Amino acid sequence: MRQHSVLRTMTKLLMPPIMLFALYVQFHGDYGPGGGFQAGVIFAVAFILFTLIFGPTRARQVAPACVTTPLTAVGVLLYAGVGVVSLLLGGEYLDYNVLAHDPHHGQHLGILLVELGVGITVWAVMVSIFLAFVGRGAEDDPNADETVDEPEDGHA
Amino acid sequence: MEQVIDIVLLAFMVVTAIAMIRLRNLFAVVMLSGIFSLLSAAMFVVLDAVDVAFTEAAVGAGISTVLMLSTLALTFREERPATRADWPALLVVTVTGAALIYGTLDMPHFGDPDAPIHQHVAPRYIVDSPHEVGPPNMVTSVLASYRGYDTLGETTVIFTAGIGVMVLLAGVNRRRRADRERGNRP
Repeated sequence: MRQHSVLRTMTKLLMPPIMLFALYVQFHGDYGPGGGFQAGVIFAVAFILFTLIFGPTRARQVAPACVTTPLTAVGVLLYAGVGVVSLLLGGEYLDYNVLAHDPHHGQHLGILLVELGVGITVWAVMVSIFLAFVGRGAEDDPNADETVDEPEDGHA
Repeated sequence: MEQVIDIVLLAFMVVTAIAMIRLRNLFAVVMLSGIFSLLSAAMFVVLDAVDVAFTEAAVGAGISTVLMLSTLALTFREERPATRADWPALLVVTVTGAALIYGTLDMPHFGDPDAPIHQHVAPRYIVDSPHEVGPPNMVTSVLASYRGYDTLGETTVIFTAGIGVMVLLAGVNRRRRADRERGNRP
């Protein structure tokens, strides 16, 4: 898709708002609809759009496997770690009340960290799965570097 | 008014589902499944479940469609026509469907305030969550705090699924590369 300057320009224009919206959904989940799951998916969508237009090789430069694969575990560990910290501070597992002096602040902090963990894992898993699929197709076809998903004619 | 919207949305969903069954072009089927997800997201908005609608629109209509398309790019675009009618399968599907519909006869009516689900923990969440947990969005309080264990489990499921896909595809790639080095056979 290297020759489609409209698609390339629009992708570059759209990526920052998509990522910003994902962060908004992530950190505004306490006040409106949204949370870690949705934010992680939307953040991954920005990378998928990038891959569709610029190809898997360049996408792997932006999100290398050595970053996405460990991050799938980091999110779960962050979530479980909040539970362990609340245990160490004398509460029950995942009891956020003990995380701060005021139970309300503790709950707020706990929910923020837990949702962040969910978001990180969902983002990393979505990007990894998509790049694994696309990378497999690219390996079959030596010049699949630039076309990724849908050829222009779009049907069988 | 809301009932009209419900009926229109459900009718569209039925039409989409039937079209998906009838079509042989898998590209069109994937697109229709995205439309189906979008319709059910609209349905969730009508039911005031905006968090669920958000997830359905992002995951069902967005990511799933893209993943299905990338699968299609690796496999075939056309479904092979069925060679013969499979009567036992039709029988199993009909009996299961009838049993499920029979099961719904006992369920409380939609939106019934006396339904068990509205009598158990829901009142406590609604009354106590603002001062017990805090966030104005009650769904977040339930998901992340009251039901923190469940959400941890869900996150682990996503992690496991991702690792599974990566291991599967990496294994295939490695085998194919080994084949190529051995004798250039696919």
